[in-house]
Amino acid sequence: MQTSDETLQGWGGTRAAGIEIRSDDLPSITRGAVLTRGLGRSYGDSALPPPGTHQIPGCALADRILSFDSSTGVLRAEAGLSIEEIQRVFLPRNWSFPVLPGTQFVTLGGAVGADIHGKNHHIDGTIGNHINEMLLRLADDSLIRCSRKENDDLFRATLGGMGLTGHILEVEVTLKRIPSPWIWAESERVTGIDAFIEALADAARSWPYTAGWMDALVRGDNLGRGILIRGRWAGASEAPARPPRPKRRLSVPFTFPGWVLNSLSVRAFNNFYFHKHPRRAKRGIAHPESFFHPLDVVRRWNLIYGRRGFTQHQCVLPEKERPGATKRYLEALTAGGLGSFLCVIKDCGSEGEGLLSFPRPGISIAVDLPMRARTQEIVNELNERVLEAGGRIYLAKDALSSAEHFQAMESRLEEFQAVRRRWDPEGRLRSAQSVRLLGDPA
Amino acid sequence: MRVVILGSTRGMGRALARLMAERGDRLFLLGRDSEVLAKTARDLEVRAGSGLQIGIGICDLEQPQSLGPALAEADATLGGFDCVVVTAGIFASQAELENDPEATRRILEVDFVRTIEFCEEARRRLLTGGGGTLCVFSSVAGERGRKPVILYGAAKAGLSTYLEGLDHKFRRQGLVTVCVKPGFVKTGMTAGHKPPPFAGEPNAVARRVLRAIDRGTPVVYAPGAWRWIMLVIRHLPRTVMRRIGF
Ligand SMILES: Cc1cc2nc3c(=O)[nH]c(=O)nc-3n(C[C@H](O)[C@H](O)[C@H](O)COP(=O)(O)OP(=O)(O)OC[C@H]3O[C@@H](n4cnc5c(N)ncnc54)[C@H](O)[C@@H]3O)c2cc1C
Repeated sequence: MQTSDETLQGWGGTRAAGIEIRSDDLPSITRGAVLTRGLGRSYGDSALPPPGTHQIPGCALADRILSFDSSTGVLRAEAGLSIEEIQRVFLPRNWSFPVLPGTQFVTLGGAVGADIHGKNHHIDGTIGNHINEMLLRLADDSLIRCSRKENDDLFRATLGGMGLTGHILEVEVTLKRIPSPWIWAESERVTGIDAFIEALADAARSWPYTAGWMDALVRGDNLGRGILIRGRWAGASEAPARPPRPKRRLSVPFTFPGWVLNSLSVRAFNNFYFHKHPRRAKRGIAHPESFFHPLDVVRRWNLIYGRRGFTQHQCVLPEKERPGATKRYLEALTAGGLGSFLCVIKDCGSEGEGLLSFPRPGISIAVDLPMRARTQEIVNELNERVLEAGGRIYLAKDALSSAEHFQAMESRLEEFQAVRRRWDPEGRLRSAQSVRLLGDPA
Repeated sequence: MRVVILGSTRGMGRALARLMAERGDRLFLLGRDSEVLAKTARDLEVRAGSGLQIGIGICDLEQPQSLGPALAEADATLGGFDCVVVTAGIFASQAELENDPEATRRILEVDFVRTIEFCEEARRRLLTGGGGTLCVFSSVAGERGRKPVILYGAAKAGLSTYLEGLDHKFRRQGLVTVCVKPGFVKTGMTAGHKPPPFAGEPNAVARRVLRAIDRGTPVVYAPGAWRWIMLVIRHLPRTVMRRIGF
């Protein structure tokens, strides 16, 4: 049926031996399993099996809607239902998924596992804030419900727990009422990192959705120049008469040769992208897909990084406590000299309930780094800056951090591990990432 | 359109039922397990968003006496129907069947005998109602005798031939037959089998099948690439077929 040379990959191209079993009957395939996968959109090894485990279940085919209350927006569904599908079905009825990440090809299970955040984090927090209840399969194969009232320690450890507390079978989430399925969007150029941080804080006061794209290659005075994006749902009267339609998608047909992306080409692209934007602010009605998930327009865009792939380094730096941390982080990045195609900046709101949830108040920066000989070194260097600033990294993006760095950043780890031990005393549930970062046995 | 679907709870049937529900077709779901049927109906009702209820009824290809009453119930609930879709069926590889006479009998019975009995029942009702569409999922495995799927392929070959005959005889009277020949599609049924090149996704297959139903296309390969693959395979000399592992 299967051969041992099969490999599973994270979105950045991190590989592990193993295969994914998908079935619409999630309860049956999760029995005895060590980890469940969603759509594999985490960059590194979060959704990869630990060494020695050959197959893991995938929840993407278990995507039934179990109930929807059109007066409250409460949606109950199987864990494999994707955000893309939720938006397709509910946007035309003026309901939206409450937290939208940069890609819509994310399952409910994956959204909970990473406790995802979006451009509205400063207002609405992570997806965990909007989850009411979950049905889990535990390590001993029993089924259990958890919520804020029932088994709340399990509930909080599962939000952002990267699948290490149990297999999520069903999720209940409250959708967000919206005035129209369109976005009013504005964007403008920002000239440097200090201005950027200020502009983000400024926008946060009156806009529910904010984020920025930064040119992470320029040094000196221009360090941190980029484009600030803000938006809100358009009012019913502003909305065009025609309901939103999904756009035609392009797809990268094959893995690019490694030399295509080098610091010259990335520099040229970043330059072009920055200068393409008019000097004055742009504003207007936008399709929510292009506003929230601009990269989804090109399917399989990860292949442009070539066979060696890439990683993302995303961290949050508490600027209020230690100002200048973002600047020092960017300086370390540009000193590394590795091109980063994409650098996204966002200011985060308050910390979520999840025991290992990523965001906390501060500035979040995400940079894509192609895998090269020096990438490990640069990630180490960046993690030093994060530690210095009292920040932390996002597990859903990580492939290269060391256990020492991660454990030093994560003050909540002991509490998380205690909940894990309570519900999984034999330590069955594991991932390649938990072996690398939490010291789980392989 | 009023549609009866046997096999809507999983895979391609589920994907097709979703497309139909979302565009406003009225559905009646047939299957073995009432709990699974009810869950499926609920999913379709939310997606359709029209407030219309979706009917369900028990029908099991392994229980011959359930076939007639199931269609009668669908008929009564919908007030007649315009389309019957059959995606139900079982799959097993040659390796799994070779030394298992019981499983062999079962696959031949379900995928050939009972499926045709069900189609005959559906045909009579559709013709009484003035015609309609009978859409049945067969398989590319029925095109040539192939080593990995000898028995499954033989059952599907018989089914495909039956459907072609129906189409020749009854199209003038208003009964359109659509025979779907899926290649490898990534569904729960194929979970654990390594997808070959050109493996399809259930949604893409469903869209193709719905177009074929609307247009009355008698034979549809899904994903589309299989039409060309099978064109080659059908013309391969036996000696070549014998040598390759296809
Ligand atoms: C282009 C791009 C943009 C992104 N932008 C953002 C962003 O803006 N904000 C953000 O927060 N994230 C972002 N991400 C990361 C992404 O949201 C997360 O990695 C998310 O978890 C992926 O979901 P998935 O369904 O693909 O899950 P996977 O990647 O398959 O799994 C993610 C984790 O969840 C666990 N998991 C999945 N399903 C289950 C289940 N049923 N039960 C238990 N555990 C499960 C896995 O074990 C794994 O640890 C982005 C990713 C990409 C590729």
